[in-house]
Amino acid sequence: MTETEKLYDLLKKAQEPKGYYFNKDRERVNDLLSSLLLNKDRFGYMACPCRLASGDRQSDADIFCPCVYRGPDIQKFGSCYCNLYVTREWNEGKIPHTYIPERRPASKLPF
Amino acid sequence: MAPVKMYSLSTCSHCKNTKKFLHDCNVVFDAVDVDMLQGEERTAIIEEVKKVNPNCSFPTILIGDQVIVGFKEKEIKEALGI
Repeated sequence: MTETEKLYDLLKKAQEPKGYYFNKDRERVNDLLSSLLLNKDRFGYMACPCRLASGDRQSDADIFCPCVYRGPDIQKFGSCYCNLYVTREWNEGKIPHTYIPERRPASKLPF
Repeated sequence: MAPVKMYSLSTCSHCKNTKKFLHDCNVVFDAVDVDMLQGEERTAIIEEVKKVNPNCSFPTILIGDQVIVGFKEKEIKEALGI
């Protein structure tokens, strides 16, 4: 089993009971999970792969995956910013797959 | 066709999809993966991105003088005139 597969199983088990499902596009999920592992190597934590991390743990705390914006984005759009975590309805195509605007305020940018 | 420049991240799925889309449309574009830059070069490029997109989110795509934030296929096509 690869590290990505291990992470997939681990997160699926932890997140699904909370109502957060992986995107049914497994290739995309694997790619995002590999990026999370890469960021873990780079920074020591799994920073969101769809955002520019600063490398400073404290400044990046809101974008540790799952980020603090996942909840409101899932609620509004049925998907997180990266399309990694989605709702069952999103996966079933019952919710339109729209562009999700960046919810992280510019004031949080450490650069 | 207007020059196309894209600010992206090497790890971002939306950026990868945008690059693939542009390749599939045979659009020649210049892309810079900001997460791969370091030091002064990185700082300078971040300032460039913030000028056109204060949220500094990715991808930020410049098509001529138009700025498109995110992989918005329809808007990109319209800006490209394809």
